[in-house]
Amino acid sequence: MTKYILNRLFHSTLVMFTISFIVFFIMFKAGDPVELMLPPDATQQDVVEMRAALGLDKSFIVQYQKFLSNVAEGNLGNSFIYGQPALDIVFERLPATMELAVIAMIVSILLGIPLGIISSIKPNSILSRIIMFFSLAGISVPVFWTGMILVLIFSVILGVLPSSGRGEVYLFTSAFTWDGIKHLIMPVITLSVFQLALILRLTRTGMMEVLMQDYIKLASAKGVPRKVIVYYHALKNTLIPLITVIGIQFGQLVAFTIVTETIFAWPGTGKLIIDSIQNLDRPIVVAYLLVISFIFVAINFIVDVLYTFIDPRVRV
Amino acid sequence: MKLFKNELLIEYFEDKLAVVGLFVFTLLCIFALAPAIFSPQNPYDLAQLFLENSFQGPNQNFLLGTDEQGRDILSAIMYGLRVSLYVGLASTILSVIIGFSLGLISGYYGGWVDTIIMRIADIQLSFPAILIALIIMALWGAGIGKIIIAITIVNWVYYARTARGVVLSEKEKDYAQSAKALGMRNFAIIFREIMPNVTAPIIVIATVRIANAIILEATLSFLGLGVPITEPSLGSLIANGYQVLFSGYWWTSVFPGIILMVLIISINLIGDRTRDIMNPRLKR
Repeated sequence: MTKYILNRLFHSTLVMFTISFIVFFIMFKAGDPVELMLPPDATQQDVVEMRAALGLDKSFIVQYQKFLSNVAEGNLGNSFIYGQPALDIVFERLPATMELAVIAMIVSILLGIPLGIISSIKPNSILSRIIMFFSLAGISVPVFWTGMILVLIFSVILGVLPSSGRGEVYLFTSAFTWDGIKHLIMPVITLSVFQLALILRLTRTGMMEVLMQDYIKLASAKGVPRKVIVYYHALKNTLIPLITVIGIQFGQLVAFTIVTETIFAWPGTGKLIIDSIQNLDRPIVVAYLLVISFIFVAINFIVDVLYTFIDPRVRV
Repeated sequence: MKLFKNELLIEYFEDKLAVVGLFVFTLLCIFALAPAIFSPQNPYDLAQLFLENSFQGPNQNFLLGTDEQGRDILSAIMYGLRVSLYVGLASTILSVIIGFSLGLISGYYGGWVDTIIMRIADIQLSFPAILIALIIMALWGAGIGKIIIAITIVNWVYYARTARGVVLSEKEKDYAQSAKALGMRNFAIIFREIMPNVTAPIIVIATVRIANAIILEATLSFLGLGVPITEPSLGSLIANGYQVLFSGYWWTSVFPGIILMVLIISINLIGDRTRDIMNPRLKR
């Protein structure tokens, strides 16, 4: 077991290292931001000086080496635009993003799994068909489109919900104030529609496959009550693969905050990355990608380890 | 073999929703194939646009209204549909070819080839697709060819993984082993003997992922990182309309969005049915 965890840990580190290289290389190739940062009347002399000041005149290898040794010290450089440490800027905005992603995930799980179970027990009933149709719509709707329609209905036409910003923040989240909750409703729905539908469908498919297995038939034949079979035996075996999916999907949620935050002007990392890509603010882009990929790698790692505990078949 | 195929077709038509999906998809494809025949206006011929027609709501002259340049939204949708479908289909075909081949080779040969291909796939899968595509497009700039390549880079992994998984179990089976014993070359065994058995799961994934590719393109275009403004897709039409949504010109973004949704739903209906038919585990 220890060997397995160490192995996974090594693999995760390797992944992080590769990602840092790729990201740095891509941003290096993307060109330098000096021309964008200086006023239009800057002289050639200014450009050269600024480039030297930012260390952009060095070769790729030298820049990457410097970057790596800085990373080892927990320093990802200063933002070209804001002048502050890039990592600080990303961390400052991370709570807003995580808040959206976590709440959306909770909503999707709490609604998706029960609805999936309902539609799997009697797959041909009218209720199941209605659920399935809406879940099909759910995985078919692009995130930005959901957001836009919500804005149209609740902000433009009805004028009941605010279309931008985070509202009043108490402690680290806006979920504790009424104003904050009003600001949260639309972004959270936007973000969770797809996940909800996906979890629902996976639960349903999993349940239907499990319910056809021989041990379920045996349990039925032995006279185990239907409810116990469905909610205990079948559900338990359906949830195991779902954990992996939920882990991976959390990464997707974090990524899709980019779209949601752009629509709702949510002051999180998603909006930051879009702005920074446009401004060629390399330190911020690199810091964002490293932080985000660290989160993904960590989630994958936890899910894998968790999985070996839950499912005896993969225990090493 | 022929009887087998017909049976699948008959089974497909047993589900009414799936038939509706196929019908709608075919209809949209027809509009997309020849928008010039059906559209009331060529939306990108400036000589046909009149500024006094700008921002008209839906009426009998312009069924779905007009945008700020007096462009007929219905016509713009037909041309946009064409771009969306083209990007979706082209990127899916490309990723199937690349992913399928790499997966077959990786699964059959094993060893370091397998390790390299699957490590790349692992790293890529630990990153959400939209993020990778977004960065590629941010660096390259907008372009139809570029977005097709970006989506291919993102999507090949799914086909490679599936193909590899099936090959791993197929290559141990008697027919593959006997082909080997008969002295068939590896290349021939992979592509002539094993490939037909990998095709079914790949087709299922491909139908579902066409929808995914179209959504990805639309999302990137919505963020301004997709197709160029000169050849707008449904996603870029929605993005344009979104800018005037708060002024009350809802038709410029809502109608392209509805068509996009209908397109995706129809593809997903087809995909769902195909999967149900081809999944032997659901048949007892």
